[in-house]
Amino acid sequence: MCGAPAQAPDLPAGIDLNLETVVYGVVATADGAPVAGAYVRLLDEGGEFTAEVVTSASGDYRFFAAPGRWTLSVLHRDGAVRRPVVALEPGLVEVALTLS
Amino acid sequence: MSRADALVSADWAEQNLDTAGVVFVEVDEDTSAYDGGHLKGAVKLDWKTELQDSVIRDFVSKDQFEKLLSEKGISNEDTVILYGGNNNWFAAYAYWYFKLYGHDSVKLLDGGRKKWELDGRELSKDPVIRPATSYTAQEQDSSIRAFRDEVIAAIGDKNLIDVRSPDEFSGKLLAPAHLPQEQSQRAGHIPTALNVPWSKAANEDGTFKSDEELRALYADAGLDTGKDTIAYCRIGERSSHTWFALHELLGEANVKNYDGSWTEYGSLVGVPIEKGAN
Repeated sequence: MCGAPAQAPDLPAGIDLNLETVVYGVVATADGAPVAGAYVRLLDEGGEFTAEVVTSASGDYRFFAAPGRWTLSVLHRDGAVRRPVVALEPGLVEVALTLS
Repeated sequence: MSRADALVSADWAEQNLDTAGVVFVEVDEDTSAYDGGHLKGAVKLDWKTELQDSVIRDFVSKDQFEKLLSEKGISNEDTVILYGGNNNWFAAYAYWYFKLYGHDSVKLLDGGRKKWELDGRELSKDPVIRPATSYTAQEQDSSIRAFRDEVIAAIGDKNLIDVRSPDEFSGKLLAPAHLPQEQSQRAGHIPTALNVPWSKAANEDGTFKSDEELRALYADAGLDTGKDTIAYCRIGERSSHTWFALHELLGEANVKNYDGSWTEYGSLVGVPIEKGAN
C-alpha cells in the first residue's frame, strides 16, 4: 500500500526503531508535487485525535505511534485525503498521501 | 467571562491588525512557524525559552514576566490577541499564563494559525519592532493553577479531567504521537479522572465548538459542575485549552490547570495510577 520506499525519514538522534513505530511519508498533489503546510492528523482506532503535524517544505510528515490501526487525515486549502494505516510492529511505516 | 470576552474571529482579527491598543502575539513550541510568516504586526513568544525558567521547572518570575512583556512592547493597557500552531495549544497556555499574572484584556484568535492558513489569509515576513514599555504584572493568581499535592487530594473528591488522547489516557502512548514515545514516566492516568480529550472541544479547523456543544460534551462525560475541577494533560498546554473552554467560554467557576501534568504526576514515587480506558 505504500509504493516504492523513498528515502528513510529524518529522525531525531537516539530513536530506537525496535521500540518506536514511525508512520511517515509525503503529502503530494495528484500530479506528484509535494505539499508544504498541510495539516496531517493521526486518528486512533476509535477515530479520536492522537496528534497533528504540519508538512515540511518538502511535504514530509512523521508520527511516533504504536503498533495498531490508525487513520491519517489531511487538510489543506487545496484539498484533503484520508487513509487507514495498519502498523503490525515497531519500525518504519511509510504512507504516501495524495490530495484530492 | 463569556465567548465574546475571550475569543475573536479570524475576520475580526483581519480587520484589526492595525488597530491601536491591540497587540497580536504568536505563541509556539517551534517558533520557526512565526519566522516563515505571521500575522502582520504580530510579535512572537517562545513557549519554552521565554515562558519557562531555564533552570528549574517553573514559570518565569513576576519580574522576568514584566521584563519580557516590556521588551516585547506590550503595555498593561493593550488588548493582547494570542494565536499559534498546534490548534492553539500553546496560545491557550499563554492566555492562561497572562491571566495568571493578572493581564485582564487578553483574547484568543479562534482557530489560531491553522484556520488562518486554511482560509488562505495573508501572512507577513516583515520584522516587527514595537517600542519598549514598562509593564507591571500582578502576583500569580493561585485560583487557576493547581499543584501536585492538591491534585492527589482531589482524587475521588473533585473533578479531574485528563484531556490527553484516549491512547495516552489508557497507557498505550506516553506522549502525543508527534513526539518520540520513550519517556521516563509511568504510563496511565490519575484514578477517578475523566478522559475528555481536548480535541473534542474543537472543530477540525481548530476553532472552538459552540457553547451548547461544549456543555453537552462535559455533561455527557460526567463532569459534576457542583464540584471544583482540575484539568491536566502531559505538560499543561492541552489542559490550558480545556481550562479555557470551561472557565472562559462556559464561565465555570473554580477550574484550575495542573501544569505539572503527567510529566510530573507519572514520575512521582508512590502515587496511585490507573491504566486502561475510562
